[in-house]
Amino acid sequence: MNGLTRFMKKLAILFRRGQFHSELEEEMAFHRAQVEQELIDGGMTPEEARCAAMRQFGNAARLSDQSQELVAFRVETILQDLHFALRQWKKNPGFALTIILILALGMGASLSIFGFVDAALLEPLPYANPGRLMWVNESNVESPRWPLSYPDYLDWQRLNKSFSSLDVCGGTSFLLRTSSGVEPVQAVRVSGSFFQTLGVHPMLGRDFSPGEDRLGSPDVVILSYGAWIDRFGARRDVVGQTADLDNSAYTIIGVLPRAFSFAPSGNAEFWVPINALSPHEHSRTFYNFWGIGRLRDGVTTRSAQAEMTAIERQLQRQYGITGRDLSASVVPLAEIMIGDVRPILLTLLGGAGLLLLIATLNAAGLILVRSESRRREVAVRRALGATWGRLVRQFVIEGLVLAVFGSLAGMIVACGIMKPLARLVPKDMASHMPFLEGVGLNMHTGALAASIALLAALLLAVTPTLRVSFSEVREALADADRGAASRLWRRLGANLVVVELAVAVVLLTGAGLLGRSLYRLLHVQLGFDPNHLATVQVMAPRTVYKTDEETVALYREVVRRVSSLPGVESAGMTSMLPAQCDCASDRIQFPGRADHGEHNEVDERHVSAAYLATLKARLLRGHLFTDTEDTSRPGVAVINQALARRYFPGQNPIGQRIADDEQGLPHTWEIVGVVDDVREGPLDAGIAPTEYFPLNQTQDHDFSLAVRTRQAPGVLLPVLVSTLHQIDPSLAVSEEATMNEQIDTTQAALLHRFSAWLVGGFAAMALVLGGVGLYGLIAYSVSQRTREIGIRMALGAQRRSVYRLVMLQSGWLTFAGLAIGLVCSVGASIVIRNLLFGVQPWDPVTLGCVAVLLGLVSMAASFLPAHRAASVNPTEALRVE
Amino acid sequence: MTKKPDLLPGTLDMLILKTLTRAPLHGYGIALSIKQLSDGVLTVEEGSLYPALQRLLLQGWVKAEWRMTETKRRARFYTLTAAGRKQLESELSQFEQMIAAIGRVLSGPQEA
Repeated sequence: MNGLTRFMKKLAILFRRGQFHSELEEEMAFHRAQVEQELIDGGMTPEEARCAAMRQFGNAARLSDQSQELVAFRVETILQDLHFALRQWKKNPGFALTIILILALGMGASLSIFGFVDAALLEPLPYANPGRLMWVNESNVESPRWPLSYPDYLDWQRLNKSFSSLDVCGGTSFLLRTSSGVEPVQAVRVSGSFFQTLGVHPMLGRDFSPGEDRLGSPDVVILSYGAWIDRFGARRDVVGQTADLDNSAYTIIGVLPRAFSFAPSGNAEFWVPINALSPHEHSRTFYNFWGIGRLRDGVTTRSAQAEMTAIERQLQRQYGITGRDLSASVVPLAEIMIGDVRPILLTLLGGAGLLLLIATLNAAGLILVRSESRRREVAVRRALGATWGRLVRQFVIEGLVLAVFGSLAGMIVACGIMKPLARLVPKDMASHMPFLEGVGLNMHTGALAASIALLAALLLAVTPTLRVSFSEVREALADADRGAASRLWRRLGANLVVVELAVAVVLLTGAGLLGRSLYRLLHVQLGFDPNHLATVQVMAPRTVYKTDEETVALYREVVRRVSSLPGVESAGMTSMLPAQCDCASDRIQFPGRADHGEHNEVDERHVSAAYLATLKARLLRGHLFTDTEDTSRPGVAVINQALARRYFPGQNPIGQRIADDEQGLPHTWEIVGVVDDVREGPLDAGIAPTEYFPLNQTQDHDFSLAVRTRQAPGVLLPVLVSTLHQIDPSLAVSEEATMNEQIDTTQAALLHRFSAWLVGGFAAMALVLGGVGLYGLIAYSVSQRTREIGIRMALGAQRRSVYRLVMLQSGWLTFAGLAIGLVCSVGASIVIRNLLFGVQPWDPVTLGCVAVLLGLVSMAASFLPAHRAASVNPTEALRVE
Repeated sequence: MTKKPDLLPGTLDMLILKTLTRAPLHGYGIALSIKQLSDGVLTVEEGSLYPALQRLLLQGWVKAEWRMTETKRRARFYTLTAAGRKQLESELSQFEQMIAAIGRVLSGPQEA
């Protein structure tokens, strides 16, 4: 007889269960009748015979159940357990709901953060065979990734054997003429086979054809999908038409697919081949392009790097380039795309994971308390003959049901918050994080959800099972002895609570440190007054402002008109607003000093005469620029203190000169003033040496306007825009914002704010969960010790000492949790120290605050049970038992 | 009231199968047959008889069909199957071996 036939028989019985029962009943009724008859024949009255037969036969229903169990599947009893579990909830919905809520919280948080981690770090980039794509650039001691010059690129491309193709790209901007005027648009200049290297094909039209990136080739452009939708009405006949960029007609040859993104270029809308070079781009020392290459099969990153470095060294020797000790850097493209956010994402994932841990522990603790209070039920059921296995199964099923519902709720929470969370990232930043588009439920998040659910189920199922095996039927029934089993349980419960508190401490410390970092960051010495400053970005078309005189006249007109606006104190212009970026740097030398090829890299800003005064930068020596310093006069410069300190230590820099290379031509600048450091670079970076040149001498067509106002600066912004358009409608005006808004939305501020708020949120939830866990344990232990407390009080214990008894217990747990937590959190903080700014991982203030906070919460959590214990009425307490 | 000896564990299935070797019987008939053949020493509790019958059915050792009794009542008659017969033989030989072994132990050399 094999298992299969038995299974089939059981199946048959399952489907004909009614018949099975009625046949069994009929059979047994027949049996009873026969016994009855036998007894009557033996001389009993029919009445007596019936009773005797019934007695002999026993409980008919139970008999039939026994037979039923034999032929039934396990499943049916499991269904019974399930039914029982659900009935338990109905009786006590608060308990089930709490557990589901806790699980949903922990799982929702960790799943949604994992959604981001997955999209950013695990999902492959949207290119063909993305693992072989490399970011190929130069590298020097100070900047591990340094862009390529165009001549170097051509040589690298010609000489290398590591890459099957090597391309370059560089950001630029155009003024696009539209029906409503001109508008600045982001664009990328790429070498001809850029898209082939990526393995991306236009969804409409064609890719660049060979030779279109040769100098002097006709202007063609490929549109991004976004530009095609927004600017060209998604018309399919757009291919072959022209777009007016910087007053030139570019023929549209293709449209990129919707899924295409290239993080380093953000939301660039127009992709043009490099078919023209500016004068300085012909120079081998003008580093302006980023290289991207596809490794040949079998070539490793390391060997490619070695080959490119050898080529670069050879080129430097060949062309006698000194000053920059350049080698090559070959880094996987994925690293470039997500390198910045990786530490933050991993930190957040860690935080969410800890929250999940605390949530599951909390749920397990609750289940434990509950199983403890069900001791009697378990004991009764065992006394009535329930097997150990059956009881365990009951608890396992109850745990599973809770875990399943909790996990479902968690997934719903995660789905609900992932997209809104992604939308919190400001547009500018999001454009460099194309992976945000892919955040959502997918295979990976689904798999993680399933495994979390499984683990939670295991934990919730196993915890009470431990409890069942501890209990002895007789003891539990009597419920007199609260000895061994209870102590064991209490120790397990106490350990859970200690772990919860320790985890809460780690999260709190992390949140505290990140919060303090954010505070420090936002209160970093700026070197200027960011309040009452309105800013706007202006692009003047080169086709209109061709000569130096015309451009300077525009600057003067802008300052004159804006300064005369009501409420405006002063107005200045700069090539780049402060606190944004250490980009636009310059390599300088000092005439009269021996050049040993030092790499003197400084920030370079072109500013109008009134700009530094408008910022309220502090002048330390000499004087600021005047409006008369233009190209007809010798070059002058103002430097910041950092530059003075580094390059003129112990000297008066006024009157000294610095030399550099402007537009491929050598220039010298006489230092006329020193200002206190204005934070030009990001908030979390050190102050870079900075040189300021007069805008009138450098002639920038793109500049930012900074306006000091008397009233709230936001009010002035629309007026500024309209005034600029009145001056010249062909000026492209964008990015109007107050200086404080500009600073608040810098990447540094945003990343720090994000991590501080999210980890802070996790920590708050962890604190609540830890407090609830502690409360549950203490309250339960008090309820168990009611009689003991009653006796103590009957024997004359004071209420005060009862308080002390209870508070001491929670005090010990808190202390243990705090001690373990503080040690762990210093470790955790060292791991995330790269995200910290201006605070040490062992910052005593933070650790102290965390300790105090946790102490307060644990006091609050244990005060209520202590109060209840102290108000125990001895007579009642003794009578209860 | 003297306590009747319990069936040796595991022997009920064998007894049922054995009573069915001669003719198909219904549940009551099986119980009666065991009682009579053992001169009233062995009583099969109904509480074990019907679960045991279900077990045998499930194993395929007996077949069940509804027939009329001599008193014209419908009753479920159990018939031994070929597999049941084989099972009985193996159980019997095991049982005999065990009884013989027990007998040897009990009639073993007496202590002096």
